[in-house]
Amino acid sequence: MMLQIEHLNIAFPNPKGHFEAVKDFSLHVEEGQVIGIVGESGSGKSMTAHAIMGLLDRKSVKVSGSIRFEGVELLDLTRTQMRSYQGKDLSIIFQEPMTSLNPTMKIGPQVEEALRIHTKMPPKERKQRALEAMALAGLPNGEQLYHQYPHQLSGGMRQRVMIAAALVLRPKLLIADEPTTALDVTIQAQILDTLREINRKEGIAILFISHDLGVIRALCHHVVVMQQGEIVEAGDVEQVFHHPQQGYTQRLIASRPTRTKLKAGGSHG
Amino acid sequence: MMKTLVKRVLLLIATLLLVTILAFVAFSIIPGDPTSSILGVEATPEQIAALRDRLGLNLPIWQRYLHWLGGLLTGDLGESYNYGMPVAQLLATCVTHTLTLAVLAFVLIVAISLPLGIIAARYEGGVVDRVLTILNQITMSVPNFVAGILLVYVFGLVLRLFQPGAIVSPQTGWGPYLWYMLFPALAVALPRSAMTVKMLRGAILSELGQDYIRTAYSKGNSKSSALWRHVLRNAMIPVVTFLAMTVADIMAGSIVVEQVFGIPGLGKMLVTSIGNRDYPVVQAIVVLIATVVVVCNFAADLLYRVMDPRLRGR
Ligand SMILES: Nc1ncnc2c1ncn2[C@@H]1O[C@H](COP(=O)(O)OP(=O)(O)O)[C@@H](O)[C@H]1O
Ligand SMILES: [Mg+2]
Repeated sequence: MMLQIEHLNIAFPNPKGHFEAVKDFSLHVEEGQVIGIVGESGSGKSMTAHAIMGLLDRKSVKVSGSIRFEGVELLDLTRTQMRSYQGKDLSIIFQEPMTSLNPTMKIGPQVEEALRIHTKMPPKERKQRALEAMALAGLPNGEQLYHQYPHQLSGGMRQRVMIAAALVLRPKLLIADEPTTALDVTIQAQILDTLREINRKEGIAILFISHDLGVIRALCHHVVVMQQGEIVEAGDVEQVFHHPQQGYTQRLIASRPTRTKLKAGGSHG
Repeated sequence: MMKTLVKRVLLLIATLLLVTILAFVAFSIIPGDPTSSILGVEATPEQIAALRDRLGLNLPIWQRYLHWLGGLLTGDLGESYNYGMPVAQLLATCVTHTLTLAVLAFVLIVAISLPLGIIAARYEGGVVDRVLTILNQITMSVPNFVAGILLVYVFGLVLRLFQPGAIVSPQTGWGPYLWYMLFPALAVALPRSAMTVKMLRGAILSELGQDYIRTAYSKGNSKSSALWRHVLRNAMIPVVTFLAMTVADIMAGSIVVEQVFGIPGLGKMLVTSIGNRDYPVVQAIVVLIATVVVVCNFAADLLYRVMDPRLRGR
């Protein structure tokens, strides 16, 4: 078992006690699997993702339970120890492609940053690896993009740059936190294709987060459904899609005609 | 980028021309006759007429302006009515004093506020940050001439690190000269440094909350490397603009603080010359100060564009 989350609780202390954003959350991810987390906005998906990545503020957020990665309890690691996983074995891309890149840094250095942090690779080799990662992320003109700034790129391109940066060290798990929510539907479909390719070619496991079960179905084998911080349903994605046990889950299937473009492996809608 | 640069330079030239027009016209139309302060009250009308003729005061204003501007462009600032010597020669030492003071103050502001702003933000809420916040509050509310008086008292009269009023000339040695200038420069710099620290701290904290910093952490950056590699350049963009605007303030502050420290700089000369209606001197000083401010703003604008790629080519 690569990633094993057991009884995860995430709470924000406030004057009235604390607010529990995630309650008793458990999830397993095997090597090379594509697992989905679906839930309405505010159901705790991003908090879960950030907890796995070690991105939650240690002072203001209380995290308990267990997150084991390859047998190592991540919640017991110091910040410095956790850093050796960030961008190396564990990577993440975010919902906001427009603001997730540094506006004053060129694309190239941003894509190869994890290499600079985690390896002693010489600059030339780093660039080579960055270009490869960009090609894998669906950016064939990496050589040209390398010297450009984020504002010169569209949202879809920026998200691909984020994907390339996340892939540059070939992580074991890529967390994709609503990577296409801010993008238009055609771009969304293309990026999902790219993620599917990445999983197939490189064997990188993906934890894919969305508020749309239709999108999850286009990509994932297995899904957990979250509502107000708790898992309300879990199982094989086709099973959940066709026979949702909860009215809540039913409502997460967006009725968009473009959904058929998402190569869901069969007709639906 | 090239086209923008040309446009900016043209704008700079136009601004400077406007400054010369304003400086010239303003002091030509205010009431008062320079001849009376030169010749005294008991001068005969013939003497006055002869002097007005010699000074060119009977020519139409635009002709006088063009003549004066022509001189400016060739480095001839005219002759002082009062001292009967070339303005350039008259102003040389005053300019040295005031510009040295201003440059020193600017260097101090940068040297004080950049490290302190970074430390305050890096260790937000820590002891240093809290002490700095209080110090800032105090320093910001003290006007520079009050700071000057305090510095004269503490460093001059009590600690005797320098002798107030006994300015050392740069001919005697730049070391002692700069040492004397350090104290007035500090008086000019302190209030502005406090503001810059506050501004930089705020800019860094606001950048630290941006999405791209979360990305930086997700790649394995430590807090320090996120700060140095990602935050600082972005946080410096507003600070550079602020520092450029500070130049005007420093010039004004220097002129005030000079009086406290007994430095015969532009401030003293300006006041004396306005009193004497010595317009060539007044106009030269005004143009000089305005040019420093305008050119610094121009430089800041260029730097701003270099630092923020989103603005390049606009
Ligand atoms: N810093 C915070 N302090 C308090 N509550 C927070 C904070 N950040 C997020 N939350 C709350 O945690 C819940 C889960 O948020 P999130 O995981 O971002 O939801 P989503 O499923 O949309 O990604 C939301 O109700 C949100 O309001
Ligand atoms: Mg979210």
